[in-house]
Amino acid sequence: MSSRTSTVAHQFDDAEQQRNASTLGIWVFLVTEIMMFGGLFTAYVLYRSSYPEAFAAASHHLNATLGAANTIVLLSSSLSMALAVRASQVGSRWGTVAGLVVTIVLGCIFLGVKGYEYASKFEENLVPGPFFDLPGAEPQSELFFSLYFAMTGLHAVHMVIGVGVLATLVVMALRRRFDADYHNPVEIGGLYWHFVDIVWIYLFPLLYLLGRH
Amino acid sequence: MDRAEKAVDYLNADYGVRSWLLTRDHKRIAILYLLSITVMFMLGSVFAVLIRLELLTPAGDVVQADTYNKLFTMHGIVMIFFFLVPSIPAVLGNFLLPLMIGARDLAFPRLNLLSWYVYMVGAAFTLWAVITGGVDTGWTFYTPYSTTASHTNVLATAVGIFITGFSSILTGVNFIVTIHTMRAPGMTWFRLPLFVWAHYATSLIMILGTPVIAITILMLGLERAFGIGIFDPALGGDPILFQHLFWFYSHPAVYIMILPSMGVVSEIITCFARRRIFGYSFIAASSLAIAVFGFLVWGHHMFTSTQSVYAAMVFSVLSFAVAVPSAVKVFNWTATLYRGSITFEAPMLFALGFIGLFTIGGLTGLFLAALGLDVHVHDTYFVVAHFHYIMVGGALMGYLGAIHFWWPKMTGRMYPEAPARISAALVFVGFNLTFFPQFILGYLGMPRRYHAYPEEFQVLNVMSTTGASILGVGYLVPLCYLIWSLWRGRVAEANPWGAAGLEWRTNSPPPTENFAATPIVEEEAYAYPLKEPEVV
Amino acid sequence: MAKFSLFPESASTIAGQVDGLFFFMIAVSTFFGLLVAGLVVFLSIRYRRRSDAVATDPPLLNSLRLEVAWTIIPFLISMVMFYWGASVYVTMARPPDDAEEIFVVGKQWMWKLQHIEGRREINELHVPVGQPIKLTMTSEDVIHSFYVPAFRIKADVVPGRYNTLWFEATKVGTYHLFCAEYCGTEHSKMIGSVYVMEPSDFQEWLSGGSGSAARSAAPVEVGRTLFAEKGCVTCHKAEGSMMGPSLVGIFGSERELAAGTRVVVDEDYLRESVLNPQAKIVAGYQPVMPTFAGQLDEEELLALVQYIKSLEPVDARDESAEAHAGQGEGNG
Repeated sequence: MSSRTSTVAHQFDDAEQQRNASTLGIWVFLVTEIMMFGGLFTAYVLYRSSYPEAFAAASHHLNATLGAANTIVLLSSSLSMALAVRASQVGSRWGTVAGLVVTIVLGCIFLGVKGYEYASKFEENLVPGPFFDLPGAEPQSELFFSLYFAMTGLHAVHMVIGVGVLATLVVMALRRRFDADYHNPVEIGGLYWHFVDIVWIYLFPLLYLLGRH
Repeated sequence: MDRAEKAVDYLNADYGVRSWLLTRDHKRIAILYLLSITVMFMLGSVFAVLIRLELLTPAGDVVQADTYNKLFTMHGIVMIFFFLVPSIPAVLGNFLLPLMIGARDLAFPRLNLLSWYVYMVGAAFTLWAVITGGVDTGWTFYTPYSTTASHTNVLATAVGIFITGFSSILTGVNFIVTIHTMRAPGMTWFRLPLFVWAHYATSLIMILGTPVIAITILMLGLERAFGIGIFDPALGGDPILFQHLFWFYSHPAVYIMILPSMGVVSEIITCFARRRIFGYSFIAASSLAIAVFGFLVWGHHMFTSTQSVYAAMVFSVLSFAVAVPSAVKVFNWTATLYRGSITFEAPMLFALGFIGLFTIGGLTGLFLAALGLDVHVHDTYFVVAHFHYIMVGGALMGYLGAIHFWWPKMTGRMYPEAPARISAALVFVGFNLTFFPQFILGYLGMPRRYHAYPEEFQVLNVMSTTGASILGVGYLVPLCYLIWSLWRGRVAEANPWGAAGLEWRTNSPPPTENFAATPIVEEEAYAYPLKEPEVV
Repeated sequence: MAKFSLFPESASTIAGQVDGLFFFMIAVSTFFGLLVAGLVVFLSIRYRRRSDAVATDPPLLNSLRLEVAWTIIPFLISMVMFYWGASVYVTMARPPDDAEEIFVVGKQWMWKLQHIEGRREINELHVPVGQPIKLTMTSEDVIHSFYVPAFRIKADVVPGRYNTLWFEATKVGTYHLFCAEYCGTEHSKMIGSVYVMEPSDFQEWLSGGSGSAARSAAPVEVGRTLFAEKGCVTCHKAEGSMMGPSLVGIFGSERELAAGTRVVVDEDYLRESVLNPQAKIVAGYQPVMPTFAGQLDEEELLALVQYIKSLEPVDARDESAEAHAGQGEGNG
C-alpha cells in the first residue's frame, strides 16, 4: 500500500520499527514528566507533614465542589479519548474526529472552571505574594497556596499543550492521514492525555480533600 | 580515495546556511552542537582566566568582590550546563550512536534538531543574563541567597537553565529509544560498543534527573519573582529542601559528564592496544550501577547542613559503594593493556591521561565521602580540586581524546600528530600543576569562592595560576591545528586507526544515510585483531 | 598564623582524629594510585607495538576471579573508611555535657557571638584552652557556615533553625575563623579569629573587656526580662494555668501533642513555639497563643530560649546548688 510506505520515515526499516520507537518514546517521555511533577509532590508531602494544621485549614478555602466537577469532566474526557483511539484503530475517520473533538471540548471546560477558580482566589486575596491575606491563619497557609498554584498551574500548562496536540490530530485525521494500519499518533496523543488526567487524579484529593472534615 | 571522484558525504550533500539550520541529519546536528559548545567553552575559559588572575595575590585587587562572585558563578554555569553536560553526548553521541549501532539516524531526527534549538534559546537567555550584569549566586543557586538576597540577574539565568534542561531531556529520550529500537541486525545488547552502553546509562540519568532540576529551578524562579515562599524560612519554607532537590539532579549530573568519557576511553584503549576489552560485561554493568547508585548519594553534599547523623551515615555508605564500579572500570582498562600491541597516538595519550587523572579524582572523592573528614574539607579548595579532577581531568580529557579519535571520521581529514601529542602532554602537566596544589590548599582550610584570602595561601595559588596558563596553551593548540587540518590536513581513509566498530566501516566522512546498505553484525565488540580491512 | 606551610595546625581534641583518618586515606590512595599508574606505565612499555605483526596470543577476555577480587577488596577497604569517618562524625555531633555554651548569629557579613555571661564579640571568639565549648548558631539572613580549620570543625548556619557545633581547644594561639558557605559580596571578608587562651587569661579577659559596649547582661537575664515584658509570664506561670502550660523543667522532656504525636523539647521546638505557636500544641491546651514573629530578633530569641532552658523545678535547683556547694567544700 503506497500510502503506508510514505508514512514510514527514512530512518526506520519498516512501520513496526517506527511504531515501537514512537511508543517507547512517549513512555520514556512520560517518565520524565513523572519526575518533574515528582519534585513538586515531594515538596508538598514534606510541608504537609510539617504543617498539617495550617495546610488543612488552608485547603478549606478551595472549592471542593468545582474540583469534583472538574474531576468528572476530566474522567469523561479520558473516556472520549479512549473512544477516539479505538475509532482510529478500526479506521473510522469520523469516529476519531468526534472523539477528539469531544475530548478537546471537555478539556476546555476543565480549563475554564480552573480559570474561574483562579479568578476567585485573586478576589479573595489568596494568591501568594505581597497581597496574600488570610485573616487568622498561620504563615504556612501561604505555602499551601504557593504549592496549589504551582501544581495546578503546571498541570494546566500540560492541559493546554494537550488541547493543542489533540487539535493537531483532528486536522491530521480530517486530511486522511490515519487509517487502520497507521494511527500511532492518535495512540501517543491518547497516552499523553491519560497521563495528564492521572496527575489530576492525584492532585484533587491531595489539595482539595485531605484533612477536610 | 582520490579527490577527483570524491563521494557524496553528509558535509557536501547540500550547501548553504538553510541546509544546516533545517537539517535533520544527526551528523550535521552534532556539528552544530560542536560549534555552539566550543563557543561556550571559550566563554567559560575567559571567566576561569580572570578568576585565576584575581587569585594570584591575596588581596582582592584585579576585580571587585561582586565581579569576582559573578565570574565564578558564570564559569560554573557556562561550563557545566552549557559545555560539559552536552559535550560528549550531544556532539559525539549524536554523531556516533547511529553509526555504531548501524542505523541511518536517531529515532527522532526532528526532536534532535529541536533539542539544539532549545539549547540555543537557553544559552541565549543565559548570555543575556551575563551581558545585563551577570549573576552572583554560585552555580548552586542556594536559597535564600538566590531568592531574597542577591541583586543580580538570577531570573534570566534560571530561565536559561530551565530551558536548556529540556534539550538534555530530548537528547536522553532520543538516545534511549534509538538504542532500544534501531540496532542493526545482529547487533545484540552485548555486542554494543561500551560507548553506547555509557550513553545508555547517561541518558537514563538525563531523563530521570533533569526534570527534577527543571522543576526546582522553576520553583526558585517563582519564589524569586513572586515571593511565594517555598524555600523561605520566614513563611515556614525550608532552604535545605532546595539543596536536597538541587543535588538530587546535580550529583547524578556529574555522572552525565563522566560516563560518556568512560565510554570514549573504552573505545580508544582497545583500538590502540589492539586488544578486546577486558571484562566487557563488568564495564557495561558498572555504567548502569553508577547511573542507579548515583541517584542515592546526593546527601553527601550536605554533611554540614543540619542533616541528621543517621541520614548522613546512609549517604556516606552509599557514596563509598558508588566508588566501587568506577574502580572496577579502571582495573579493567588497565588489564586490557596486558599482552596488547600498544601504540601512542594522541587519542591514546589523552585516554591514558584520563585514567591517571580520573584515578586521583576518584580516590579523593573517597575523602569527601568519609563523614568526619568531609566536615573539615567541605566547601574548601579540596572540593574544588576534586571535582576539577573529575570534570576537567576526567570528562574534558575524554572529550579531547574523542575529538581527536573521531576527527577523521567527522571531517574526513587527519590532524597533524606531533602538535597533538604535545598538547596532550601540556594538558596533563598543566592540569596537575593547576589543581594538585588546591588539594593542599583545601586541607589547609582555604574556603572556596573567596575573592581575597589570607597571605599564607599565596604560594600555592601562584602555582595554580602558573599551571592554568600551561593548561590554557594546551587547549589553544588543538583549536589551531584542528581548524588548520580542515583545509590542509591529509585526507583520511575510512579507517585510519585500524579500529573495530561499525562507524569505521563507512566512508570518512560518512554519507547522509550512514551506510550504503544496512550492516549485518556477526562479531562481538572490539574484534581485534581485525580480520581484513573492509568498507561497506 | 601567617606563614606558609603545607599542613594546617591542629589545635582541638577532634583535629588529631581527623588527621589520623586523613593520613590513613592518603596511604591507601597513594598505594592504589601508584599501583594503577605503575601498571599502566609498565604494561604500556612492556607491550608497546614492536612490529606490524598482530598479537597472536590467545585473547584474555575476562577472569571472574579477578573481577570479584577487584570489586570486593575496594569495597571492603571503603567500608573501613566509612566506619572510621562515621565514628569521627558521631564524636563531632555529640557535645560533652560540661560544654560551655556560646551563641553565634551570622549575618551578611559578620559573626556576632555572645558568651553565656553576656560578653559580646564580633568576628572574634575568645575561649579557654581545655574547656569544651558548644556553639548554638543561627543566621539572620542567608546561609553561612562556621569554620575553624585548626579545629577541623564546620557547620552551616541556617536561617530559621539552630545548628550546633562543639570543640575543645588544646593549644593556646590565634586561629582563623572563616565563613565557608558562599553568602554574597563580602563572603571572603566574613572572617575572624579564634583566640585560645590560658583559663586564667580568659577569666581576666572575660571580666575586663574594653569599653561598656562589649559588656551586656547575660542572655539568661535578657530572656528573663523579655519573658516578663512580652507577657509570656501571664499565661506560662510556673504552676501552669488554663491558658498555657508551665515551662518549668520542660527542656529536654518529651511532650504529647494535641495531634497525638510526641515531641522532644529542644531549642528548635522552643523557637518554633514562639514564632509559630499553632504548629505543635501540647495536648490539653487550646491554640490561643499569638505569634511573636517579627517582634523578636535572633539574639532576643536565643536569650528567651536560654531563659526557658534555665527554668528548673525549685527543689531540683536546690539540690544541684547543694551539690555544687558540697563539691566546693570538698575541694576547699
